[in-house]
Amino acid sequence: MDKNLSPYFTHLKCRECGRKYPKEAVHVCDFDFGPLEAAYDYEAIRSVLSRKVIESRAESMWRYRELLPIDGEPTVGTQVGFTPLVKADRLAARLGVRELYIKNDTVNYPTLSFKDRVVSVALSRAREMGFKVVACASTGNLANSVAANAASAGLKSYVLIPADLEQGKVLGSLVYGTNVIGIHGAYDQVNRLCSEIAGKYGWGFVNVNLRPYYAEGSKSMGFEIAEQLGWKLPRHTVVPMASGSLLTKINKAYTEFQMLGLVDAGQSCTIHGAQAAGCAPISGAFKRGTDIVKPVQKPNTIAKSLAIGTPADGYYAIHVMRQTGGAAEDCTDEEIVEGIRLLAECEGIFAETAGGVTVACAKKLIEAGKIATDQSTVLCITGNGLKTQEAILGKCGEARLIKPSLREFEELIAGEVAAAQ
Amino acid sequence: MRKLTNDQELVEAAGANIGEIIENLETSYPGIKERLCDQEGNVRRFVNIFLNDEDIRFMDDKATAVKEGDEISIVPAIAGG
Repeated sequence: MDKNLSPYFTHLKCRECGRKYPKEAVHVCDFDFGPLEAAYDYEAIRSVLSRKVIESRAESMWRYRELLPIDGEPTVGTQVGFTPLVKADRLAARLGVRELYIKNDTVNYPTLSFKDRVVSVALSRAREMGFKVVACASTGNLANSVAANAASAGLKSYVLIPADLEQGKVLGSLVYGTNVIGIHGAYDQVNRLCSEIAGKYGWGFVNVNLRPYYAEGSKSMGFEIAEQLGWKLPRHTVVPMASGSLLTKINKAYTEFQMLGLVDAGQSCTIHGAQAAGCAPISGAFKRGTDIVKPVQKPNTIAKSLAIGTPADGYYAIHVMRQTGGAAEDCTDEEIVEGIRLLAECEGIFAETAGGVTVACAKKLIEAGKIATDQSTVLCITGNGLKTQEAILGKCGEARLIKPSLREFEELIAGEVAAAQ
Repeated sequence: MRKLTNDQELVEAAGANIGEIIENLETSYPGIKERLCDQEGNVRRFVNIFLNDEDIRFMDDKATAVKEGDEISIVPAIAGG
């Protein structure tokens, strides 16, 4: 074997028919159009990867690098990941459960969302393949991450987004000197255009022709949850769904850790999916009892980062939820804002709209008895609220304004001080 | 898939429903059916067939009736997100 090739990451494989493909910039099976996925030699990994080896490494997502699909050492985003797993006792009390954790990717490095994980893998792989231009179709967070990580790697980048995204997400790409292209249309139209561009220009689109590599980066969130819980799996995990990819990859992470003996095998770990009611193709299909996902033509929700009307992994996400005994839930815009505020007020974590979706849906799943109150639960909070300020502007009160005068201050808070003492 | 249709983007096919049209396409362009349908004969998960812009999954699937002049599009699912 070529010494430059990973002995652990062996090939790509069609998820539908299992046909094998070489580790190239391909993402769809020639035969049946099924998505390609990274495959590994788990026996080889088992012989080198132990809890002790992992714990001896730097605190980043790359401490699990044998389980990530690149050949050499990572060269982009080497400090991404290992975000805090916060024991959320105050939120747990509010939701009426005993043991609750927040996997806090609002502080992921460098662009404050879980997308830094997938981009770190995709761009490290893009460099191994010799791409000079990288690109993406994005609802915002991915664009920010591609722009920032490409800048630091010296790669030219193009990010294509729906034209109506939040200002924080547009500016949060522009600042890195990338080429931002706003498309008059929904995400699915942006995505369709990107697949045409990828075919014609030969760029490395992280979520088109590099998708088999990119998607695997999400597993690191699951690996970290298991390690940070003391090498245990949570009984329940609640994951926001856009394409559904993150949910399937967290399940893959838990499965791989069990298979490698890094956590006890045979534990029940139920995975639930969360969507916004204004774009809920996956939870809609789940609730109808089918796995045929009906596209949402015109998503209408403040959770723009989850507004994918034709979710590529919807089918697989539904099967993961069913197989693990989970459920799908969705919530209104008002419930999303409540979820954002609840998380902020209880735990001091300011999440973007997708985080509000996760909290609001977790609340519903607990109320419906789908998450038992005495079982451990992890909520995956994937992005930072500073990027979606429009969603809650004017909904958390206003600053009270006074002159720089002690008298005015005391008049203002007179009733409050008395009440607090 | 155009490799199977001699690089033609648009082809004509007869049939009263989508299933019959696929069978007739297979006669004219051998090999096309196994790309579109699995071993049980169902349309593959990552193949979308639209009858006049409506996904046949939300009509009668392969039994969806087709009349003269209808336009059928075969589009692989787009990965992304």
